[in-house]
Amino acid sequence: MPTPDDVKRFIEAGMPGARVSVIGDGHHFEAEIVSSAFADKSLVEQHQMVYRALGDKMKQEIHALSLRTKVPE
Amino acid sequence: MNAQDRIKQQVTENNIILYMKGTPQSPQCGFSGRSVQLLEACGAKFASVNVLADQEIREGIKQYSNWPTIPQLYIKGQFIGGCDIITDLYQKGELQKLVTGAQA
Repeated sequence: MPTPDDVKRFIEAGMPGARVSVIGDGHHFEAEIVSSAFADKSLVEQHQMVYRALGDKMKQEIHALSLRTKVPE
Repeated sequence: MNAQDRIKQQVTENNIILYMKGTPQSPQCGFSGRSVQLLEACGAKFASVNVLADQEIREGIKQYSNWPTIPQLYIKGQFIGGCDIITDLYQKGELQKLVTGAQA
């Protein structure tokens, strides 16, 4: 069962330079991701970028992940 | 008809359609239930597909939109997002506009 720290590392590995914070209980996670790569992207595209970073882990290990994506101020 | 063709037909024939776990009356997942509530708060008349009752659609919908989670909302054939985005759009008043536009 992945920990919030695992999820944080998974996202950071797929999105270099992103600032990531994750809380969760092993089944449900909430992640906040701040990345300049989100600039000029729609919300759908931003979330798809995070899902792409997680790849197959999203299908197998992570049951539910709530995302908040932001561009750095 | 394969899953991708069925989904294409569903999102084309229904102005507003929610792919969810369970039914609007009996959602089987908190995120699906929340999405139903927000749509209803906007006065949306929407179709729904219970992915738990159709394994082919459950997997197919993830490929259709390149989106790994359920629920998924489509308005006028366009993928709008999952529960987080539906919530965000609702809070900004944009979900209401999308719903009103689709039902005009």
